[in-house]
Amino acid sequence: MTATTTAPPAAPKTSAAPGRPSARLRAWATRAPLLPALIFMIVVTQLPFVATLVISFFDWNSLYPDARHFAGFANYQEVLTDPALRKSVWTTVLLTVGVVLASLVIGLLLALLLDRRFRGRAVVRTLLIAPFLVVPVAAALLWKHVLYNPEYGLLNGLLHYVGGPQPDWISGTPLLAVQASLVWQWTPFMMLILLAGLQSRDQQQLEAARVDGASDWQIFVHITLPHLRRYLELGALLGSIYIVQNFDAVFTLTSGGLGTANLPYTVYQTFYQAHENGLASAAGVLVVIGSIVIATFALRVVSSLFREEVSRA
Amino acid sequence: MSSTAVRTRGRFRGGAGLGLVAWLAGIVFFLPIAWMALTSFHSETDAATNPPSWGAPLTLDGYREFFGADGGASPWPALINSTVASVTSTLLVLVLALPAAYALSIRPVKRWTDVLFFFLSTKMLPVVAGLLPIYLFAKNAGMLDNIWLLVILYTSMNLPIAVWMMQSFLSEIPVAVIEAAQIDGARLPTVLARVVAPIALPGIAATALICFIFSWNELLFARVLTGVVAETAPVFLTGFITSQGLFLAKVCAASLVISLPVLAAGFAAQDKLVQGLSLGAVK
Repeated sequence: MTATTTAPPAAPKTSAAPGRPSARLRAWATRAPLLPALIFMIVVTQLPFVATLVISFFDWNSLYPDARHFAGFANYQEVLTDPALRKSVWTTVLLTVGVVLASLVIGLLLALLLDRRFRGRAVVRTLLIAPFLVVPVAAALLWKHVLYNPEYGLLNGLLHYVGGPQPDWISGTPLLAVQASLVWQWTPFMMLILLAGLQSRDQQQLEAARVDGASDWQIFVHITLPHLRRYLELGALLGSIYIVQNFDAVFTLTSGGLGTANLPYTVYQTFYQAHENGLASAAGVLVVIGSIVIATFALRVVSSLFREEVSRA
Repeated sequence: MSSTAVRTRGRFRGGAGLGLVAWLAGIVFFLPIAWMALTSFHSETDAATNPPSWGAPLTLDGYREFFGADGGASPWPALINSTVASVTSTLLVLVLALPAAYALSIRPVKRWTDVLFFFLSTKMLPVVAGLLPIYLFAKNAGMLDNIWLLVILYTSMNLPIAVWMMQSFLSEIPVAVIEAAQIDGARLPTVLARVVAPIALPGIAATALICFIFSWNELLFARVLTGVVAETAPVFLTGFITSQGLFLAKVCAASLVISLPVLAAGFAAQDKLVQGLSLGAVK
């Protein structure tokens, strides 16, 4: 019943008899260090969301504050039937799935390469991490102006050497352009998680498999991949959570134009430029519902890795 | 025996070839950054050529222009704002997360895993979910364009990460060590300062660096909630390209200067980076 059952035996001894009041006091003393952080998080993250939920049921344009009135589910209906908003839902899915899958596959290949011993491995690892450590806005600017520019960007400059075509990357394939820049930034993240997974394999088991004559491919399929499954899941889910929310790349590369507006950008635009508070909130709530679906799975994976960790300790 | 020798040699040769592939991949991924660095030292006319001019003469003009030599807006207020927001919020995160992590590891409260997962779940709530009410609140409370609002928001953004990381660092400290110190008569503050802190310090440092990176990078809140006074470096960067004519060298210089603190912090925390980014799930 009391905290003493879970507290380690090092709990301080009090001279008071173990009566109810002192036990309750001790439970609160155990809880006290936790409370500031807990209360802070509830106030700053949960309250605004509740407010968003309430606002989403109002027809409310901040340019006409007097016309505000309760609208029931009208905003949701509008979000779900408006072609532009529906398109942004689809764009969000394409952007997230495309970036996560591509960076996961490339990240896995790089992790497998880095898991081997070779000269200068630490240097290569550092080179590969670097893209993740460029400020996202700076990375987006770099891709937009320095790499993608059709006249003097580096990509067309390199194509020029081999006499290739000189495409206008952003106008021609806008979504792919955004995706490529994000894949460049997120591949190192996936690589780091998968590399940690590779290095946590049971070395004795690998050695035993090799002694038994298993080929590299057999080892990869039957030992490495099953072991990596949860790390792949974790990378995919954490990557999804971050990329679903992406704003910087869409904002900088295309300003949401050319069919690249994802939900976060649309929400931003709906209230910041169109001043439609109710509509923006409804769209925000929908983003949350989508995130909860991903998050439920993510939490399950983190929790299984976590419990394994706790039971091992 | 001989077959193993052949296999090992084959493996070794394959390893050397794959090492080369790894080097190639590293260079391809790093090329945009290397090119950005090189371009930042070129003149604007040399930066905008096709085919690219690799060996053009080097100049500091891009950096001079970025720092406002030609009458452009100075980046210093934005850089100072970003520093204040990132450093203050990181300190606040540590102050809140350390005791919380203590109550979730060394002397755990009841159902401590549930609390831990509550923190994690807040990280999965998208920023846009609370953006509008925060904006409306700031507007009514007169806190728009105020750097302290960003400090509070960045603290909430990083607190779950910090709690998870520190919880996993603190739970690595053997309970026996703490018990031994207490049996020797050490009081709680002494135990924390002499036993817990030295073991946890590298972890705390890595946590701080990762929180600093996320705050420094943040754009959406800063873009919506700040204006002229509290503008941060990423916001400054988005509004940087206003002039007509060539600006590549200038943009490269600006991007590089603004990314330098993150690159430095990231390489310093390299070993703990995965653990932080995966919220402590991967060690």
